[in-house]
Amino acid sequence: MDLRKQLERIIFKYEFVNGSLIPMLQEIQELEGYLSKETMKMVSDISGIGVADIFGVATFYTVFRLKPQGKHTIRICKGTACHVSNADLILTTLRNELDLEEGEDTTADNKFTLFEVACLGCCSLAPVIMIDNTTYGKLDPQKISEILASY
Amino acid sequence: MARLTVKVGLGSCGLAAGANQVLEALKESDAVKSGKAELKEVGCFGYCSVEPLVEILDEKGLYTLYGNVTPEEVNGIIEAYLDNSPITKNVILNSAKTGIENQNYSKQKRIVLRNVGIIEPTSLDDYLNRNGYKALEKTLLKMKPIQVIEEMKASGLRGRGGAGFSTGKKWEFAHIAKGDKKFVVCNADEGDPGAFMDRSVLEADPHSVIEGMLIAAYAIGADEGYIYVRAEYPLAIEHLKIAIDKAEKAGFIGKNILNTPFSFTLHIKEGAGAFVCGEETALMASIEGKRGMPNVRPPYPSESGLWGNPTNINNVETLANVAWIILNGSEEFAKYGTEESKGTKVFALAGKIKNSGLIEVPMGTTLREVIYEVGGGMKTDSPLKAVQLGGPSGGCLPESLLDTPVDYDSLVDKGAIMGSGGLVVMDETTCIVDVAKFFLNFTQNESCGKCTFCRVGTKRMLEILTKICEGKGKMSDIDLLESLSNNIKKGSLCGLGQSAPNPVLTTLRYFKDEYLTHILDQRCPAGVCTNLVEYNILPDKCIGCTVCARKCPTNAIDGKAREVHIINQDMCIKCGICYESCKFAAITKQ
Repeated sequence: MDLRKQLERIIFKYEFVNGSLIPMLQEIQELEGYLSKETMKMVSDISGIGVADIFGVATFYTVFRLKPQGKHTIRICKGTACHVSNADLILTTLRNELDLEEGEDTTADNKFTLFEVACLGCCSLAPVIMIDNTTYGKLDPQKISEILASY
Repeated sequence: MARLTVKVGLGSCGLAAGANQVLEALKESDAVKSGKAELKEVGCFGYCSVEPLVEILDEKGLYTLYGNVTPEEVNGIIEAYLDNSPITKNVILNSAKTGIENQNYSKQKRIVLRNVGIIEPTSLDDYLNRNGYKALEKTLLKMKPIQVIEEMKASGLRGRGGAGFSTGKKWEFAHIAKGDKKFVVCNADEGDPGAFMDRSVLEADPHSVIEGMLIAAYAIGADEGYIYVRAEYPLAIEHLKIAIDKAEKAGFIGKNILNTPFSFTLHIKEGAGAFVCGEETALMASIEGKRGMPNVRPPYPSESGLWGNPTNINNVETLANVAWIILNGSEEFAKYGTEESKGTKVFALAGKIKNSGLIEVPMGTTLREVIYEVGGGMKTDSPLKAVQLGGPSGGCLPESLLDTPVDYDSLVDKGAIMGSGGLVVMDETTCIVDVAKFFLNFTQNESCGKCTFCRVGTKRMLEILTKICEGKGKMSDIDLLESLSNNIKKGSLCGLGQSAPNPVLTTLRYFKDEYLTHILDQRCPAGVCTNLVEYNILPDKCIGCTVCARKCPTNAIDGKAREVHIINQDMCIKCGICYESCKFAAITKQ
């Protein structure tokens, strides 16, 4: 099915639900893993919601991605408990192992995308990272390479 | 009937620590297969630091909670119990009061957490067996809305989200407000880093929150509700969905609930990741599908909230108290706590504390009791330096203020806030200026950008703090930080901006010396600020194993195998990987 047809189907589903722009865009994002400019324009075209409104929401919430994503998502917790348990060192190690340059968040082979998140709520296991839906706690730099190798 | 009930804690912490593997091992065990033991998948027990946790409940009603359970050991623990020779190792709590935490546990009073770790969150029957939906029945059949509100007012319950406004009064405003359509909203956008109380309650006892919402809806006259929960909590969302579905099928949600005229529908709204959406007007904008930016109050949500309708917003923990108060009475609730702060408070203990996890204590318990008696004291030998309360909106209190009772007003008096209940303990390895910078970095990232003072002011404060951490601070920076703080507080519309300077103001108030050491001596006493520390290799300890040189991300370490290595200071980025990876303690940090 082409993209436009898929978008029409999703948008129609949400058409009569109050305040549905955010969940609608979340579902649309799942199609390609991110929201491209073209997709957002097409959504505006089909739904009649202004491009500015769509872009405004997409840039406001961290859940929305505006660039293509790697196969696996790594979330590194930067919460208070992790911060005082040296999460910065884990971040440096991760960036180093993934060979990410300053400002980059996706690996060259598109395998991993790395995000910093505010708190994963597993403070007793600090420092913590989450790869896709699996949480890894009580980390040290040595464990990082083992964990990455398992993907 | 099974001789034993075996409960496995499957909250997010437990899962991350490997509770699922323990559960799988149990499912394959002879005891379970033969029917001698019955498995129950419960939520968080509260002792997150010793997860995975398994509790055994025998036919005499005696319980034993084991910590640090491994998939290999778990079946041995069950078999030994069945053979009447229970293993005593790793017993956290037990009926015989010999567990390592029994004494500390007695300081707690569980109202909000009454079912947490006890019931299966996905089982409506378990909740009903613990007086579930009895409070709803009582309100719908025996009480008028105004009586419910009076009962809440008499209990003295104040909002547990942080600000501490009287819940009864809030309901009264929404009750009085004119409108054909009214809403109740549960704020489960727990965004404070270091706080996980609401997550645990939603994961482990979702019906208690739903029942609280139903009672609130009846009291104010609402027929529709939203639970706004952050997307980072997938397990909480899953359990809520199951709970709503089961409550609908059992007739607790829907049309003519319990054959009364009261009807209610409930939706879940997943947050899309924005801290500011914890602020009530921003939260409502987000439910309406807009950018989550706060609006001017008044009008308050109780007059004009969701789509302009009167709306009552309460936090998860507040709502989890409601059914207990209705069933046990406001007087019973008001027995706990202090004159102005009634009831209990749930805290998420984290950081350098021994028993990190979830606890609930009566209001008015001192910080010292919370940390040393309930929390088991410090994790390592390093002494306590500060306690951080209230997340990015709160403050850091020093050791000397540990006798402060935890109630809304005493904490505000000391410059901190109760907040939602995150309590992070810091030791001498934590740099206070770095912590202030950490929080400012957070609020600056999360500022929605609407108010200039918050948007630009926090940015300027962050720049100054960064400068100080790099050893480039000036004495005048301290005054500048103070004046910026005061202006941001005055010039911001919502709680995010108004409280953003708190971490800086409290650390300046109680830890000014540490700022001065950074500025005047260009030294970071905790050895955290990278620009102010230097790593060196001790020639007499280095055996030339090459680990540090291989691990160094910038190839700043020179040396051949079995020869002493040297760090090239010009290339060193002070990441500390060498320090952490050296097995011979040959690297110093100064």
